[in-house]
Amino acid sequence: MEVFINLLVNGVSTGLLIFLLAAGLTLIFGLMSVLNFAHGGLFVWGAFSGAWIFKETNSFLLAIAGAIAIGMALGWVLERFLIRPVYGNHVRQLLITLGGMLVLSESIKILWGPNPIRVNLPGWLEGSYQFDGIIIIKYRVFVIVVGLLLYLALWLLLSRTQIGLMIRAGVLDKEMVQALGINVKGLFTFVFLLGAALAALGGALLAPYSGVVFAEMGMQYAILAFIVVIIGGMGSLQGSALASLIVGVAGAFMAYYMPDLSLALNMLLLAIVLLVKPTGLLGEKGSAV
Amino acid sequence: MSLLKLDNLETYLGQYHILQGVTMSVEEGSITVLFGRNGAGKTTTLRSIMGFNPSTTGTVHYQNQKISGIPTHLISRKGIGYVPENQGIFSALTIEETLNLARAKSTGDSEGKMEWMLELFPDLKKFWRKKSGLLSGGQKQMLAIARAYINGDGLLLIDEPSKGLSPIMVEKLMESILEMKEKTTILLVEQNFLMASEIGDYFYIMDDGKIVHDGWMQDLKEDKETCQKYLGIA
Repeated sequence: MEVFINLLVNGVSTGLLIFLLAAGLTLIFGLMSVLNFAHGGLFVWGAFSGAWIFKETNSFLLAIAGAIAIGMALGWVLERFLIRPVYGNHVRQLLITLGGMLVLSESIKILWGPNPIRVNLPGWLEGSYQFDGIIIIKYRVFVIVVGLLLYLALWLLLSRTQIGLMIRAGVLDKEMVQALGINVKGLFTFVFLLGAALAALGGALLAPYSGVVFAEMGMQYAILAFIVVIIGGMGSLQGSALASLIVGVAGAFMAYYMPDLSLALNMLLLAIVLLVKPTGLLGEKGSAV
Repeated sequence: MSLLKLDNLETYLGQYHILQGVTMSVEEGSITVLFGRNGAGKTTTLRSIMGFNPSTTGTVHYQNQKISGIPTHLISRKGIGYVPENQGIFSALTIEETLNLARAKSTGDSEGKMEWMLELFPDLKKFWRKKSGLLSGGQKQMLAIARAYINGDGLLLIDEPSKGLSPIMVEKLMESILEMKEKTTILLVEQNFLMASEIGDYFYIMDDGKIVHDGWMQDLKEDKETCQKYLGIA
Protein backbone atom coordinates (compact mmCIF):
# COMPACT_ATOMS: atom_id res chain seq x y z
CA MET A 1 0.00 0.00 0.00
CA GLU A 2 2.77 2.43 0.92
CA VAL A 3 4.52 1.66 -2.32
CA PHE A 4 1.32 2.09 -4.28
CA ILE A 5 0.56 5.50 -2.80
CA ASN A 6 4.10 6.68 -3.21
CA LEU A 7 4.21 5.64 -6.82
CA LEU A 8 0.86 7.27 -7.42
CA VAL A 9 1.98 10.58 -5.91
CA ASN A 10 5.21 10.46 -7.91
CA GLY A 11 3.35 9.62 -11.08
CA VAL A 12 0.72 12.33 -10.67
CA SER A 13 3.28 15.02 -9.89
CA THR A 14 5.48 14.04 -12.83
CA GLY A 15 2.39 13.89 -15.01
CA LEU A 16 1.35 17.40 -14.02
CA LEU A 17 4.82 18.74 -14.83
CA ILE A 18 4.56 17.17 -18.26
CA PHE A 19 1.10 18.70 -18.54
CA LEU A 20 2.51 22.21 -18.13
CA LEU A 21 4.70 21.58 -21.13
CA ALA A 22 2.04 19.77 -23.15
CA ALA A 23 -0.75 22.31 -22.52
CA GLY A 24 1.06 25.05 -24.39
CA LEU A 25 2.11 22.68 -27.11
CA THR A 26 -1.39 21.35 -27.72
CA LEU A 27 -2.91 24.83 -27.97
CA ILE A 28 -0.14 26.05 -30.24
CA PHE A 29 -0.61 23.01 -32.43
CA GLY A 30 -4.38 23.08 -32.31
CA LEU A 31 -4.81 26.77 -33.00
CA MET A 32 -1.83 27.59 -35.15
CA SER A 33 -1.02 24.10 -36.47
CA VAL A 34 2.58 24.86 -35.67
CA LEU A 35 4.89 21.97 -34.81
CA ASN A 36 6.98 23.72 -32.22
CA PHE A 37 10.01 21.68 -31.24
CA ALA A 38 11.57 24.74 -29.67
CA HIS A 39 8.99 24.40 -26.90
CA GLY A 40 11.39 22.12 -25.02
CA GLY A 41 14.00 24.87 -25.28
CA LEU A 42 11.72 27.24 -23.38
CA PHE A 43 11.25 24.52 -20.78
CA VAL A 44 14.99 24.09 -20.24
CA TRP A 45 15.46 27.85 -20.13
CA GLY A 46 12.80 27.99 -17.45
CA ALA A 47 14.67 25.33 -15.50
CA PHE A 48 18.08 27.02 -15.70
CA SER A 49 16.97 30.59 -15.21
CA GLY A 50 14.76 29.53 -12.31
CA ALA A 51 17.60 27.62 -10.69
CA TRP A 52 20.00 30.49 -11.23
CA ILE A 53 17.66 33.17 -9.84
CA PHE A 54 16.91 30.95 -6.86
CA LYS A 55 20.61 30.52 -6.14
CA GLU A 56 21.27 34.26 -6.43
CA THR A 57 18.28 35.56 -4.52
CA ASN A 58 17.24 32.60 -2.40
CA SER A 59 13.64 33.42 -3.23
CA PHE A 60 11.75 30.60 -4.92
CA LEU A 61 8.80 32.79 -5.88
CA LEU A 62 11.13 35.31 -7.52
CA ALA A 63 12.80 32.40 -9.33
CA ILE A 64 9.46 31.24 -10.72
CA ALA A 65 8.38 34.73 -11.73
CA GLY A 66 11.75 35.39 -13.36
CA ALA A 67 11.70 32.08 -15.23
CA ILE A 68 8.22 32.84 -16.58
CA ALA A 69 9.27 36.33 -17.68
CA ILE A 70 12.37 35.01 -19.44
CA GLY A 71 10.38 32.19 -21.05
CA MET A 72 7.81 34.67 -22.38
CA ALA A 73 10.49 37.00 -23.71
CA LEU A 74 12.17 34.12 -25.54
CA GLY A 75 8.77 32.88 -26.71
CA TRP A 76 8.02 36.30 -28.19
CA VAL A 77 11.31 36.29 -30.09
CA LEU A 78 10.63 32.75 -31.35
CA GLU A 79 7.12 33.53 -32.54
CA ARG A 80 8.02 36.83 -34.12
CA PHE A 81 11.19 35.84 -35.95
CA LEU A 82 11.21 32.05 -36.40
CA ILE A 83 7.62 30.91 -36.56
CA ARG A 84 5.73 33.75 -38.21
CA PRO A 85 7.58 33.35 -41.51
CA VAL A 86 6.75 29.64 -41.67
CA TYR A 87 3.05 29.54 -40.79
CA GLY A 88 1.30 26.87 -42.82
CA ASN A 89 4.44 24.95 -43.77
CA HIS A 90 5.06 21.96 -41.52
CA VAL A 91 8.39 20.89 -42.99
CA ARG A 92 9.88 24.32 -42.52
CA GLN A 93 8.40 24.56 -39.04
CA LEU A 94 9.98 21.28 -38.10
CA LEU A 95 13.39 22.35 -39.36
CA ILE A 96 13.39 25.86 -38.00
CA THR A 97 11.98 25.01 -34.58
CA LEU A 98 14.41 22.11 -34.22
CA GLY A 99 17.13 24.62 -35.03
CA GLY A 100 15.64 27.00 -32.48
CA MET A 101 15.65 24.19 -29.94
CA LEU A 102 19.37 23.55 -30.55
CA VAL A 103 20.22 27.23 -30.26
CA LEU A 104 18.27 27.51 -27.03
CA SER A 105 19.92 24.50 -25.40
CA GLU A 106 23.43 25.30 -26.66
CA SER A 107 23.18 28.88 -25.44
CA ILE A 108 22.47 27.42 -22.00
CA LYS A 109 25.93 25.88 -22.10
CA ILE A 110 27.49 29.22 -22.97
CA LEU A 111 25.85 30.93 -20.02
CA TRP A 112 25.95 28.21 -17.39
CA GLY A 113 28.63 25.84 -18.66
CA PRO A 114 28.29 22.35 -20.10
CA ASN A 115 27.92 20.47 -16.81
CA PRO A 116 24.67 19.62 -15.08
CA ILE A 117 23.76 22.01 -12.29
CA ARG A 118 22.53 20.91 -8.90
CA VAL A 119 19.40 22.60 -7.62
CA ASN A 120 18.24 22.68 -4.02
CA LEU A 121 14.72 22.68 -2.72
CA PRO A 122 13.49 25.90 -1.16
CA GLY A 123 13.55 25.59 2.61
CA TRP A 124 9.80 25.83 3.11
CA LEU A 125 9.21 22.97 0.73
CA GLU A 126 11.82 20.61 2.13
CA GLY A 127 10.85 17.49 4.04
CA SER A 128 7.89 15.19 3.86
CA TYR A 129 4.53 14.32 5.33
CA GLN A 130 4.18 10.99 7.09
CA PHE A 131 1.03 9.02 7.76
CA ASP A 132 1.19 5.43 8.98
CA GLY A 133 4.44 4.66 7.29
CA ILE A 134 3.50 6.41 4.08
CA ILE A 135 6.00 9.11 3.29
CA ILE A 136 4.97 11.81 0.88
CA ILE A 137 7.52 14.34 -0.21
CA LYS A 138 6.28 17.89 0.35
CA TYR A 139 7.56 19.30 -2.90
CA ARG A 140 5.61 16.71 -4.90
CA VAL A 141 2.42 17.75 -3.17
CA PHE A 142 3.30 21.34 -3.99
CA VAL A 143 3.79 20.44 -7.65
CA ILE A 144 0.45 18.62 -7.71
CA VAL A 145 -1.36 21.58 -6.17
CA VAL A 146 0.21 24.06 -8.57
CA GLY A 147 -0.46 21.77 -11.55
CA LEU A 148 -4.11 21.33 -10.65
CA LEU A 149 -4.59 25.05 -10.05
CA LEU A 150 -3.08 25.84 -13.42
CA TYR A 151 -5.24 23.27 -15.13
CA LEU A 152 -8.28 24.85 -13.52
CA ALA A 153 -7.13 28.33 -14.54
CA LEU A 154 -6.57 27.25 -18.14
CA TRP A 155 -9.91 25.51 -18.25
CA LEU A 156 -11.64 28.63 -16.94
CA LEU A 157 -9.76 30.78 -19.43
CA LEU A 158 -10.84 28.62 -22.34
CA SER A 159 -14.40 27.91 -21.32
CA ARG A 160 -15.48 31.08 -19.52
CA THR A 161 -13.78 34.05 -21.13
CA GLN A 162 -14.20 35.79 -24.43
CA ILE A 163 -10.59 35.28 -25.44
CA GLY A 164 -11.02 31.60 -24.59
CA LEU A 165 -14.04 31.46 -26.87
CA MET A 166 -11.97 33.05 -29.63
CA ILE A 167 -9.18 30.51 -29.12
CA ARG A 168 -11.58 27.57 -29.22
CA ALA A 169 -13.20 28.90 -32.37
CA GLY A 170 -9.77 29.55 -33.87
CA VAL A 171 -8.80 25.93 -33.31
CA LEU A 172 -11.86 24.93 -35.35
CA ASP A 173 -11.78 27.43 -38.20
CA LYS A 174 -9.20 30.20 -38.34
CA GLU A 175 -10.56 31.87 -41.45
CA MET A 176 -14.06 32.15 -40.08
CA VAL A 177 -12.73 33.72 -36.89
CA GLN A 178 -10.99 36.36 -38.98
CA ALA A 179 -14.19 36.92 -40.91
CA LEU A 180 -15.82 37.80 -37.57
CA GLY A 181 -13.43 40.71 -37.17
CA ILE A 182 -11.06 38.99 -34.78
CA ASN A 183 -7.32 39.51 -35.18
CA VAL A 184 -6.07 35.93 -35.37
CA LYS A 185 -2.42 36.99 -35.47
CA GLY A 186 -2.83 38.70 -32.13
CA LEU A 187 -4.57 35.61 -30.83
CA PHE A 188 -1.65 33.47 -32.05
CA THR A 189 0.84 35.61 -30.21
CA PHE A 190 -1.23 35.46 -27.05
CA VAL A 191 -1.45 31.67 -27.17
CA PHE A 192 2.22 31.36 -27.96
CA LEU A 193 3.22 33.53 -25.01
CA LEU A 194 0.85 31.61 -22.77
CA GLY A 195 2.44 28.35 -23.92
CA ALA A 196 5.93 29.78 -23.38
CA ALA A 197 5.02 30.90 -19.87
CA LEU A 198 3.67 27.45 -19.01
CA ALA A 199 6.74 25.71 -20.43
CA ALA A 200 9.12 27.95 -18.50
CA LEU A 201 7.08 27.49 -15.33
CA GLY A 202 7.19 23.72 -15.85
CA GLY A 203 10.97 23.91 -16.17
CA ALA A 204 11.35 26.09 -13.10
CA LEU A 205 9.22 23.66 -11.06
CA LEU A 206 11.04 20.63 -12.41
CA ALA A 207 14.51 21.88 -11.45
CA PRO A 208 14.21 21.41 -7.67
CA TYR A 209 12.03 18.35 -8.29
CA SER A 210 14.74 16.39 -10.06
CA GLY A 211 17.54 18.11 -8.16
CA VAL A 212 19.68 18.54 -11.23
CA VAL A 213 19.27 20.31 -14.57
CA PHE A 214 21.16 19.81 -17.82
CA ALA A 215 20.90 21.41 -21.24
CA GLU A 216 19.77 18.29 -23.09
CA MET A 217 16.69 17.75 -20.99
CA GLY A 218 14.74 20.15 -23.18
CA MET A 219 14.69 17.69 -26.07
CA GLN A 220 13.88 14.80 -23.77
CA TYR A 221 10.85 16.56 -22.33
CA ALA A 222 9.77 18.01 -25.67
CA ILE A 223 9.46 14.49 -27.06
CA LEU A 224 7.53 13.40 -24.00
CA ALA A 225 5.22 16.38 -24.40
CA PHE A 226 4.63 15.60 -28.06
CA ILE A 227 3.72 12.03 -27.16
CA VAL A 228 1.28 13.34 -24.56
CA VAL A 229 -0.26 15.79 -27.02
CA ILE A 230 -0.83 13.06 -29.58
CA ILE A 231 -2.18 10.57 -27.05
CA GLY A 232 -4.54 13.17 -25.63
CA GLY A 233 -5.73 14.47 -28.98
CA MET A 234 -4.18 17.51 -30.63
CA GLY A 235 -5.68 20.79 -29.54
CA SER A 236 -7.51 19.32 -26.55
CA LEU A 237 -6.58 20.68 -23.14
CA GLN A 238 -8.43 17.98 -21.24
CA GLY A 239 -6.92 15.33 -23.46
CA SER A 240 -3.44 16.60 -22.65
CA ALA A 241 -4.19 16.62 -18.93
CA LEU A 242 -5.50 13.07 -19.05
CA ALA A 243 -2.63 11.81 -21.20
CA SER A 244 -0.06 13.54 -18.96
CA LEU A 245 -1.47 11.76 -15.94
CA ILE A 246 -1.51 8.41 -17.74
CA VAL A 247 2.07 8.82 -18.95
CA GLY A 248 3.24 10.05 -15.53
CA VAL A 249 1.53 7.37 -13.47
CA ALA A 250 2.25 4.52 -15.88
CA GLY A 251 5.89 5.62 -16.00
CA ALA A 252 6.19 5.64 -12.21
CA PHE A 253 4.69 2.15 -11.84
CA MET A 254 6.59 0.71 -14.75
CA ALA A 255 9.91 2.04 -13.50
CA TYR A 256 9.26 0.29 -10.20
CA TYR A 257 7.84 -3.04 -11.33
CA MET A 258 9.33 -3.52 -14.78
CA PRO A 259 12.26 -1.11 -15.14
CA ASP A 260 13.45 -2.81 -18.31
CA LEU A 261 10.25 -1.95 -20.09
CA SER A 262 9.88 1.60 -18.84
CA LEU A 263 11.76 3.13 -21.77
CA ALA A 264 9.46 1.49 -24.27
CA LEU A 265 6.35 2.36 -22.33
CA ASN A 266 5.53 5.76 -23.83
CA MET A 267 5.94 4.54 -27.36
CA LEU A 268 3.79 1.55 -26.52
CA LEU A 269 1.06 3.78 -25.11
CA LEU A 270 1.28 5.98 -28.16
CA ALA A 271 1.00 3.03 -30.53
CA ILE A 272 -1.99 1.56 -28.70
CA VAL A 273 -3.89 4.84 -28.59
CA LEU A 274 -3.19 5.57 -32.24
CA LEU A 275 -4.37 2.11 -33.23
CA VAL A 276 -7.57 2.28 -31.22
CA LYS A 277 -8.39 5.97 -31.64
CA PRO A 278 -6.25 7.79 -34.20
CA THR A 279 -7.51 11.22 -33.14
CA GLY A 280 -6.23 10.68 -29.59
CA LEU A 281 -8.15 10.04 -26.39
CA LEU A 282 -10.23 13.23 -26.35
CA GLY A 283 -9.44 14.55 -29.77
CA GLU A 284 -12.51 15.13 -31.78
CA LYS A 285 -11.95 17.48 -34.60
CA GLY A 286 -10.85 20.43 -32.59
CA SER A 287 -12.54 20.91 -29.26
CA ALA A 288 -10.06 22.85 -27.18
CA VAL A 289 -11.74 22.19 -23.84
CA MET B 1 -25.58 54.49 -54.41
CA SER B 2 -23.12 51.66 -54.84
CA LEU B 3 -22.30 50.16 -51.48
CA LEU B 4 -19.67 47.81 -52.86
CA LYS B 5 -17.58 48.33 -55.96
CA LEU B 6 -15.17 45.88 -57.52
CA ASP B 7 -12.92 47.37 -60.13
CA ASN B 8 -10.95 45.10 -62.46
CA LEU B 9 -10.03 42.49 -59.84
CA GLU B 10 -7.41 39.95 -60.83
CA THR B 11 -6.73 37.13 -58.41
CA TYR B 12 -4.35 34.20 -58.62
CA LEU B 13 -4.57 31.01 -56.59
CA GLY B 14 -1.09 29.59 -56.80
CA GLN B 15 -0.30 29.56 -60.51
CA TYR B 16 -3.95 29.69 -61.58
CA HIS B 17 -5.34 32.95 -62.85
CA ILE B 18 -8.83 32.73 -61.33
CA LEU B 19 -10.28 36.23 -61.50
CA GLN B 20 -9.43 37.92 -64.78
CA GLY B 21 -10.66 41.44 -64.34
CA VAL B 22 -13.91 41.36 -62.38
CA THR B 23 -15.82 44.61 -62.28
CA MET B 24 -19.16 44.81 -60.55
CA SER B 25 -21.10 46.78 -57.98
CA VAL B 26 -23.76 46.16 -55.37
CA GLU B 27 -26.43 48.77 -54.70
CA GLU B 28 -27.37 49.56 -51.13
CA GLY B 29 -30.54 47.77 -50.00
CA SER B 30 -30.53 45.30 -52.88
CA ILE B 31 -30.04 41.60 -53.34
CA THR B 32 -27.47 41.12 -56.05
CA VAL B 33 -26.99 37.58 -57.31
CA LEU B 34 -23.78 36.24 -58.79
CA PHE B 35 -24.46 33.29 -61.08
CA GLY B 36 -22.05 31.03 -62.89
CA ARG B 37 -20.94 27.47 -63.39
CA ASN B 38 -18.68 25.56 -61.03
CA GLY B 39 -15.19 26.95 -61.25
CA ALA B 40 -16.29 30.24 -62.81
CA GLY B 41 -14.73 32.19 -59.92
CA LYS B 42 -17.77 33.10 -57.81
CA THR B 43 -16.37 31.88 -54.52
CA THR B 44 -12.99 33.42 -55.27
CA THR B 45 -14.73 36.74 -55.89
CA LEU B 46 -16.23 36.67 -52.39
CA ARG B 47 -12.93 35.50 -50.92
CA SER B 48 -11.10 38.34 -52.64
CA ILE B 49 -13.57 40.85 -51.21
CA MET B 50 -12.97 39.39 -47.72
CA GLY B 51 -9.21 39.50 -48.20
CA PHE B 52 -8.67 35.74 -47.90
CA ASN B 53 -7.38 35.61 -51.46
CA PRO B 54 -6.28 39.18 -52.07
CA SER B 55 -6.29 40.34 -55.65
CA THR B 56 -3.00 41.21 -57.29
CA THR B 57 -4.48 44.11 -59.24
CA GLY B 58 -7.74 46.00 -59.07
CA THR B 59 -9.55 47.49 -56.09
CA VAL B 60 -12.51 46.86 -53.83
CA HIS B 61 -14.35 49.84 -52.39
CA TYR B 62 -16.91 49.63 -49.62
CA GLN B 63 -18.85 52.76 -48.69
CA ASN B 64 -16.39 54.62 -50.90
CA GLN B 65 -13.45 53.43 -48.82
CA LYS B 66 -10.81 51.20 -50.32
CA ILE B 67 -10.80 47.86 -48.51
CA SER B 68 -8.59 45.81 -50.81
CA GLY B 69 -5.18 45.23 -49.32
CA ILE B 70 -6.20 45.41 -45.66
CA PRO B 71 -6.36 42.34 -43.37
CA THR B 72 -9.55 40.28 -43.25
CA HIS B 73 -10.47 41.14 -39.67
CA LEU B 74 -10.41 44.86 -40.47
CA ILE B 75 -12.52 44.31 -43.59
CA SER B 76 -15.04 42.48 -41.43
CA ARG B 77 -15.09 45.31 -38.90
CA LYS B 78 -16.29 47.72 -41.58
CA GLY B 79 -19.59 45.88 -41.25
CA ILE B 80 -19.29 43.07 -43.77
CA GLY B 81 -20.70 39.68 -42.79
CA TYR B 82 -19.56 36.53 -44.55
CA VAL B 83 -21.23 33.14 -45.00
CA PRO B 84 -18.73 30.76 -46.58
CA GLU B 85 -19.61 27.99 -48.99
CA ASN B 86 -18.98 25.26 -46.40
CA GLN B 87 -20.84 27.32 -43.76
CA GLY B 88 -17.73 27.52 -41.54
CA ILE B 89 -19.60 26.19 -38.52
CA PHE B 90 -17.66 25.97 -35.24
CA SER B 91 -18.84 22.42 -34.61
CA ALA B 92 -17.71 22.19 -30.97
CA LEU B 93 -19.29 25.51 -29.97
CA THR B 94 -22.93 25.89 -29.03
CA ILE B 95 -25.26 28.26 -30.85
CA GLU B 96 -25.03 30.58 -27.86
CA GLU B 97 -21.23 30.62 -27.99
CA THR B 98 -21.17 31.08 -31.75
CA LEU B 99 -23.49 34.07 -31.67
CA ASN B 100 -21.65 35.60 -28.72
CA LEU B 101 -18.47 35.31 -30.71
CA ALA B 102 -20.18 37.08 -33.59
CA ARG B 103 -21.01 39.93 -31.23
CA ALA B 104 -17.43 40.31 -30.02
CA LYS B 105 -16.40 42.73 -32.79
CA SER B 106 -19.86 43.49 -34.08
CA THR B 107 -20.75 46.86 -35.51
CA GLY B 108 -23.87 48.61 -34.24
CA ASP B 109 -26.61 47.31 -31.98
CA SER B 110 -25.61 43.68 -31.57
CA GLU B 111 -28.29 43.01 -28.96
CA GLY B 112 -31.04 44.10 -31.31
CA LYS B 113 -29.56 42.20 -34.24
CA MET B 114 -29.35 39.05 -32.17
CA GLU B 115 -33.00 39.35 -31.12
CA TRP B 116 -34.12 39.80 -34.67
CA MET B 117 -32.14 36.80 -35.90
CA LEU B 118 -33.65 34.58 -33.20
CA GLU B 119 -37.07 35.80 -34.28
CA LEU B 120 -36.32 35.08 -37.92
CA PHE B 121 -34.77 31.67 -37.16
CA PRO B 122 -36.64 30.33 -34.10
CA ASP B 123 -34.74 27.03 -34.34
CA LEU B 124 -31.61 28.81 -33.17
CA LYS B 125 -33.38 29.80 -29.96
CA LYS B 126 -34.78 26.32 -29.54
CA PHE B 127 -31.36 24.66 -29.71
CA TRP B 128 -29.55 27.52 -27.96
CA ARG B 129 -27.27 25.29 -25.91
CA LYS B 130 -26.75 22.61 -28.54
CA LYS B 131 -23.37 22.02 -30.15
CA SER B 132 -23.44 23.46 -33.67
CA GLY B 133 -21.96 20.29 -35.13
CA LEU B 134 -25.10 18.41 -34.14
CA LEU B 135 -27.51 20.69 -35.99
CA SER B 136 -29.19 19.77 -39.28
CA GLY B 137 -27.87 21.16 -42.53
CA GLY B 138 -30.59 23.79 -42.68
CA GLN B 139 -30.06 24.84 -39.07
CA LYS B 140 -26.33 25.18 -39.69
CA GLN B 141 -27.04 27.45 -42.62
CA MET B 142 -29.38 29.57 -40.48
CA LEU B 143 -26.68 29.79 -37.83
CA ALA B 144 -24.08 30.82 -40.40
CA ILE B 145 -26.37 33.55 -41.75
CA ALA B 146 -27.34 34.80 -38.29
CA ARG B 147 -23.69 34.86 -37.24
CA ALA B 148 -22.74 36.88 -40.32
CA TYR B 149 -25.58 39.37 -39.85
CA ILE B 150 -24.89 39.88 -36.14
CA ASN B 151 -21.23 40.40 -36.92
CA GLY B 152 -21.71 42.90 -39.73
CA ASP B 153 -25.03 44.07 -41.10
CA GLY B 154 -23.79 46.57 -43.63
CA LEU B 155 -23.32 43.97 -46.35
CA LEU B 156 -23.74 40.20 -46.34
CA LEU B 157 -21.74 37.98 -48.64
CA ILE B 158 -23.54 34.64 -48.84
CA ASP B 159 -21.96 31.77 -50.74
CA GLU B 160 -24.40 29.16 -52.10
CA PRO B 161 -26.74 28.84 -49.14
CA SER B 162 -28.94 26.33 -50.97
CA LYS B 163 -26.14 23.81 -51.38
CA GLY B 164 -27.07 20.38 -50.05
CA LEU B 165 -30.42 21.46 -48.61
CA SER B 166 -33.87 20.03 -49.30
CA PRO B 167 -36.15 22.08 -51.58
CA ILE B 168 -38.45 23.00 -48.69
CA MET B 169 -35.50 24.17 -46.62
CA VAL B 170 -34.16 26.19 -49.54
CA GLU B 171 -37.51 27.90 -49.96
CA LYS B 172 -37.64 28.80 -46.26
CA LEU B 173 -34.11 30.11 -46.35
CA MET B 174 -34.74 32.25 -49.41
CA GLU B 175 -37.80 33.75 -47.74
CA SER B 176 -35.66 34.67 -44.74
CA ILE B 177 -32.99 36.20 -46.95
CA LEU B 178 -35.66 38.24 -48.71
CA GLU B 179 -36.89 39.44 -45.34
CA MET B 180 -33.36 40.42 -44.34
CA LYS B 181 -33.17 42.71 -47.35
CA GLU B 182 -35.29 45.16 -45.34
CA LYS B 183 -32.31 45.86 -43.09
CA THR B 184 -29.21 45.03 -45.04
CA THR B 185 -27.64 44.57 -48.46
CA ILE B 186 -26.85 41.14 -49.83
CA LEU B 187 -24.46 39.75 -52.41
CA LEU B 188 -25.58 36.20 -53.04
CA VAL B 189 -23.68 33.54 -54.92
CA GLU B 190 -26.10 30.90 -56.19
CA GLN B 191 -26.47 28.09 -58.69
CA ASN B 192 -30.12 27.54 -57.90
CA PHE B 193 -31.52 29.84 -60.57
CA LEU B 194 -35.20 29.32 -59.80
CA MET B 195 -34.82 30.35 -56.19
CA ALA B 196 -32.32 33.13 -56.64
CA SER B 197 -34.24 34.68 -59.51
CA GLU B 198 -37.28 34.98 -57.21
CA ILE B 199 -35.48 37.11 -54.63
CA GLY B 200 -32.74 38.87 -56.58
CA ASP B 201 -32.95 42.46 -57.85
CA TYR B 202 -29.87 42.54 -60.01
CA PHE B 203 -27.63 39.81 -61.38
CA TYR B 204 -24.16 39.17 -62.69
CA ILE B 205 -23.07 36.06 -64.56
CA MET B 206 -19.47 34.91 -64.32
CA ASP B 207 -17.67 32.63 -66.70
CA ASP B 208 -13.97 31.78 -66.71
CA GLY B 209 -13.11 34.46 -64.20
CA LYS B 210 -14.91 37.29 -65.98
CA ILE B 211 -18.29 38.94 -65.73
CA VAL B 212 -19.98 38.06 -68.99
CA HIS B 213 -23.44 39.41 -68.41
CA ASP B 214 -25.34 41.61 -65.99
CA GLY B 215 -28.69 43.28 -65.71
CA TRP B 216 -32.03 43.33 -63.89
CA MET B 217 -33.26 39.97 -62.70
CA GLN B 218 -36.62 40.62 -64.33
CA ASP B 219 -34.98 40.84 -67.74
CA LEU B 220 -32.91 37.71 -67.24
CA LYS B 221 -35.98 35.60 -66.62
CA GLU B 222 -37.24 36.51 -70.06
CA ASP B 223 -33.86 36.17 -71.76
CA LYS B 224 -33.97 32.46 -72.60
CA GLU B 225 -30.83 32.59 -74.69
CA THR B 226 -28.58 33.92 -71.94
CA CYS B 227 -30.13 31.54 -69.45
CA GLN B 228 -29.36 28.62 -71.68
CA LYS B 229 -25.91 29.73 -72.69
CA TYR B 230 -24.49 30.43 -69.26
CA LEU B 231 -26.76 28.78 -66.76
CA GLY B 232 -27.78 25.67 -68.66
CA ILE B 233 -31.46 26.40 -68.20
CA ALA B 234 -33.76 25.69 -71.12
